[in-house]
Amino acid sequence: MKHIKFLFVGILFGIILSKAEVISWYRIYEMFKFQSFHMYGVIGSAVALGVIVMLLFKKGIIKTYLGDDIKVDSKRKGFKGNLFGGIIFGLGWALAGACPGPMFILLGRGAVAIIIVIIGALLGAFLYHAMKRKLPH
Amino acid sequence: MDFIVQPWPWYVAGPLITLVMLLLYYFGKNFGVSSNLETICAIGGAGRFVDFFKFDWRKKTWNLLFTLGAVIGGFIAFQWLTPSEAIALNSQTVQDLAELNFQNGGAQYLPDEIFSTEAIFSVKGFLILLIAGVLVGFGTRYAGGCTSGHAIVGLSNLEMPSLISVIGFFIGGLVMTWLLFPLIF
Repeated sequence: MKHIKFLFVGILFGIILSKAEVISWYRIYEMFKFQSFHMYGVIGSAVALGVIVMLLFKKGIIKTYLGDDIKVDSKRKGFKGNLFGGIIFGLGWALAGACPGPMFILLGRGAVAIIIVIIGALLGAFLYHAMKRKLPH
Repeated sequence: MDFIVQPWPWYVAGPLITLVMLLLYYFGKNFGVSSNLETICAIGGAGRFVDFFKFDWRKKTWNLLFTLGAVIGGFIAFQWLTPSEAIALNSQTVQDLAELNFQNGGAQYLPDEIFSTEAIFSVKGFLILLIAGVLVGFGTRYAGGCTSGHAIVGLSNLEMPSLISVIGFFIGGLVMTWLLFPLIF
């Protein structure tokens, strides 16, 4: 059970997102209506601090617990894939009010309806890989 | 303890999300939730239909455990750390929701109009949730990441593909919220 630590990091993640209400459908709606700073503050401050953390990784100031350098993989390039995939994702994000992490956290909250969304998301991931050769990337 | 049970402000939640990312890299892994969707498909036998899913999913056990942790975290927060279910929404937001026939916006964590038992057992309600899920799952794999992998990790790492994806997330979200919601609800 050397992976048990990831369970605890996940619990932390679930509590943070739950307590910050970013897994509430209402918060996502409000964000896309530009009627609250909350979501922008959450993502913005996470990224602002994240930029510093990434620099500390690159400079070797923060290493893994085994003392190895931390390398962050570059994202796959492909303008169309990123844009079209992003737009499709955004449509679903606003409608369900949940992206993949929050879906699972909401499951823990006992939101039965989210099971349908998760099944849909699994189906969506499957469909993408079934037809990806025909899609522009 | 009072602070714990109040909703956490953005300047607490944002840095804590960065901490989660840091911990995952410190433990030699990465931060990306949506790849678990592929892992679960692979476990479910999707490899019989699409070759991509023939990868060794056991190598992703750590991320499944992270996801299971997220479920447990949601349970803990719901059971013991959230005395009030209400979301303090902007009054304009509540009014806009009322125009879409969403009653009592923010009175609960999730709107009954989408998530109640009554809603999920109607054909329309079921399809809304299923289609929303399909869009998220398809879109995130097409774009190569979701809010965690692109918006948090990718933007932090100043990745152009992530910036394009996040712009896409917003185009899609704005189109849904401003143009399609009045047609759907």
